[in-house]
Amino acid sequence: MARIVAGVATSHIPAIGAAWDNKKTAEPYWQPVFKGFEASKDWIAKVKPDVCIVVYNDHMSAFSLEIVPTFAIGCAAEFPIADEGWGPRPVPPVKGHPELASHLVQSLVLDEFDITIVNKMEVDHGLTVPLTLMFGQPKEWPCPVIPLAVNVVVYPVPTGNRCYLLGKAIRTAIASYDKDLRVVIFGTGGMSHQLQGPRAGLINKAFDKRFLDNLTKDPQANVRIPHLEYLRETGSEGIEMVMWLIMRGALDDEVKEVYRFYHVPASNTALGHIILENTRT
Amino acid sequence: MSLPKEYDDLPGTVVFDADQARKGYHLNMFCMSLMKAENRAAFKQNERAYLDNWPMTEAQKQAILKRDWNEMLQLGGNIYFTAKIAATDGLSFQQIAAMMTGKTQQEYAEMMLKGGRSPEGNRSKSEWKNRG
Repeated sequence: MARIVAGVATSHIPAIGAAWDNKKTAEPYWQPVFKGFEASKDWIAKVKPDVCIVVYNDHMSAFSLEIVPTFAIGCAAEFPIADEGWGPRPVPPVKGHPELASHLVQSLVLDEFDITIVNKMEVDHGLTVPLTLMFGQPKEWPCPVIPLAVNVVVYPVPTGNRCYLLGKAIRTAIASYDKDLRVVIFGTGGMSHQLQGPRAGLINKAFDKRFLDNLTKDPQANVRIPHLEYLRETGSEGIEMVMWLIMRGALDDEVKEVYRFYHVPASNTALGHIILENTRT
Repeated sequence: MSLPKEYDDLPGTVVFDADQARKGYHLNMFCMSLMKAENRAAFKQNERAYLDNWPMTEAQKQAILKRDWNEMLQLGGNIYFTAKIAATDGLSFQQIAAMMTGKTQQEYAEMMLKGGRSPEGNRSKSEWKNRG
């Protein structure tokens, strides 16, 4: 049987990808950021997941205003890297896991989550920056990746509660897959940040710390946060944190926090990162 | 009449909802076209002519030509789309963010290094009344 062994949450700030690609990781501005992920790289090298599900948002790269799916699962065998305007990131294409992805869709739709099936999709920094942070720069990514794209750009975006329940349904879906796979689920984006308008640059360390604490110990407290509170307290792009709740919902109620890293600033954003393990084996 | 929008009270922020998305559809789809290198080159060569290929309002076209990043958002643009214009100009997210706040690059970068803009005093339009 397949099972989810751990969850990883991390910001997916595009400037981190650019710093990596342009070999600026040793610069004083970026050095602490990459240092904060050294332990995480060691951790995931030991965990050796067979598949990663990466919950992220497309930044209007694969999708546009033509079609805005709330939850979309990539079922393709391969996902090319998008050109977001600066040219595609020089990272390997992302290999999918079409069989498990189709199983996920099947299970989730029957569980009343109306998932959009995507068979052709480019992936952007939302998905590739977390892979870079966790895996560095291998010739090929070490395992297949199932992209789960969430609309957090065009309101109305899904509620935190809906995301958390989707996570729970993912957990059920994985547990009913008959191959013996170890799955790590990523929730990406956040933490507090606002990229737009005269209020750009908003950071709320107190909110972020509380969110991280509750993610481990009292996820229900995070699940209840309404859209307006994210917007007001964490900036217009802080809403991405609802994607962390999908990751959290897919884990056991009781988890072990094995690592945490928080750093301000990375470009416009408060960088947050946490690793949670399921303890029941 | 649509539902009341509590988020209209947020200062200095445009929430990209269905109304904004409708208003900015063509502006944003123009931005999508800049994901191809040949289109970026064509735009840079003659911006006005390139913009005329999209059924945008004149105000939207002027906001793009003037690189009035805040005005683009007011007129239905969304940051992840307008960032593609920034990319075409060789600008980063942080550079356009600074422009939207009215700060210099250095002032904005320093604000971020000091921990960013506090939510204190920035939660409601009522707190921004005395700003220009």
